Amino acid sequence: MFDELRDLYQEVILDHGKSPRNFRRIEDATCLAHGNNPVCGDTLVIYLTLNGDEDIQDVTFQGQGCAISVASASMMTEILKGKTVTEAKRLFEGFHDMCTKDDFDISQLSDFDEDALERLVMLSGVKEFPIRVKCATLAWHTMQAAISGEQVTSTE
Amino acid sequence: MNKQANIAEIFLKTAPGDNSTAAYDVEKIRSDFPILSREVYGKPLVYLDNGASAQKPRQVIDAMKDVFESYYSNVHRGVHWTSQRSTEAFEVGRKKVSQFLNAFSENEIIFTRGATESINLVAHSWGRLNLKAGDEVIISHMEHHANIVPWQMLRQEIGIDLKVVPIDDDGNFMFDDYEKLLSPRTKLVSVTHVSNALGTVVPVKAVIERAHALGALVLLDGCQAVQHTAVDVQALDVDFYVFSGHKLYGPTGIGVLWGREDILNSMSPYQTGGEMIASVTFEKTTFKNAPHRFEAGTPAIAEAIGLGAAIDYVQAIGLDNIAAHEHGMLQYATERLLNVEGLKIFGTAKEKAAIISFNLDGVHPHDLGTFVDRAGVAVRVGHHCAQPVMERYGVAATARASFGLYNTRGEVDALVDALDETRKFFS
Repeated sequence: MFDELRDLYQEVILDHGKSPRNFRRIEDATCLAHGNNPVCGDTLVIYLTLNGDEDIQDVTFQGQGCAISVASASMMTEILKGKTVTEAKRLFEGFHDMCTKDDFDISQLSDFDEDALERLVMLSGVKEFPIRVKCATLAWHTMQAAISGEQVTSTE
Repeated sequence: MNKQANIAEIFLKTAPGDNSTAAYDVEKIRSDFPILSREVYGKPLVYLDNGASAQKPRQVIDAMKDVFESYYSNVHRGVHWTSQRSTEAFEVGRKKVSQFLNAFSENEIIFTRGATESINLVAHSWGRLNLKAGDEVIISHMEHHANIVPWQMLRQEIGIDLKVVPIDDDGNFMFDDYEKLLSPRTKLVSVTHVSNALGTVVPVKAVIERAHALGALVLLDGCQAVQHTAVDVQALDVDFYVFSGHKLYGPTGIGVLWGREDILNSMSPYQTGGEMIASVTFEKTTFKNAPHRFEAGTPAIAEAIGLGAAIDYVQAIGLDNIAAHEHGMLQYATERLLNVEGLKIFGTAKEKAAIISFNLDGVHPHDLGTFVDRAGVAVRVGHHCAQPVMERYGVAATARASFGLYNTRGEVDALVDALDETRKFFS
């Protein structure tokens, strides 16, 4: 019945949705932000520990949401750990375009590791479900807000 | 025949898997709704989101088409044929609403954009004039945001107190607590007739009696009631009643505020402009009485006529017959859903309309909505604009199936099959 949904709801997404990684609070986080999607009630907090202004030493999250939003947050924490703030911003922009634009050219992100890109491409399957794009991008919006010094963000 | 006997008779005549009876031909009703014969993703559309908005029968679509094709013009201001014809049809729409609610007079029917605007109108035009700091407005824990926020705005502006009647674990309106909240400072009780998130039917007759005993007025939000049950504002002895046209199989952009004529004529205008004035000079303006006092500007003409057609449509079937059909749907759907592994229903009040909120273990409502959609089944997922209800049950969101006069047991089966498949996918 759900063959066409398997492209989005792949095993790895279901796994991260059920058993999210880095699902914890950082007590002395350098920055954090609350994100919420008022349409569906999804809510999460992203915590970051920065080394200096640039290096992301640790990134974690807590919250609740659908399989897509939890998996996206979980994968994001794995992808961003060890990256720089500049890289995080570039990945967010790239991922956002991937989820919303038809003519996105992934080669502009070719300097990133294949594993990270593969995961983002998988999540960008939400493009086929416009109402769900916000589920996949909530964690990224919130991370962006945290590193920009905003404390609260909303996808509305 | 009384209602219970009527329901019993319909049950007896109903064969499993088919809820047509001699008295209620659901297939014939379905054939009036063009959209119900379409497919989505190659599956028949199963529309179970009637609580958000209902589909439209051919009779409503045709009535609105006829306005634009045959006689459309502005109302109340032209001497020409089309304006007279439009004005007449528009006012017939008002008359139909008046009869539908058993109002004392057509002058008590104010057309608004919807129930949200109706409540805001009362808060603005009655509330600001009659409420002062320390006065109390009572609402319930299961209000739609549209019956919470306007009163919070008045609290901020005037300093009124807002009291909330709790609900029990089953979603029942806690009447004893309501009685305790009532006081001589209570000026208005503004509660839902039927909860949009839980389906609970509030014992409004008793609510009104108690409020009146203390001199408070009562506003009922009938958005989820008028399509399921016959409403008689005189028998209820209520003071304000509001509903939206689009949940009653009518168009969007049209709603109703019913109020007692003397109360309406004591209220200040909501918006000002054309159509609502008796005379205007630069020194002084005098206002018309209700309903025109509250209908500034050109109204939703075709929509009012479409709403009249929708009222004709449900009355031809009979509200009691619709109520009996939907009661059967509610029972059948509740039984079938409770047999789905890991499914929990929120809202099990003794008196319920055909609305079922539920969650499935291990599947977030948003994912659930996407999955059953692929099976052609439309349900609402989210907080249903009733976040305090979600918070009461400790959930961020639920899925909600809400049934209408055209739904069948076969459609409940389609929902249950889709839920079973969804559960397997996520397990």
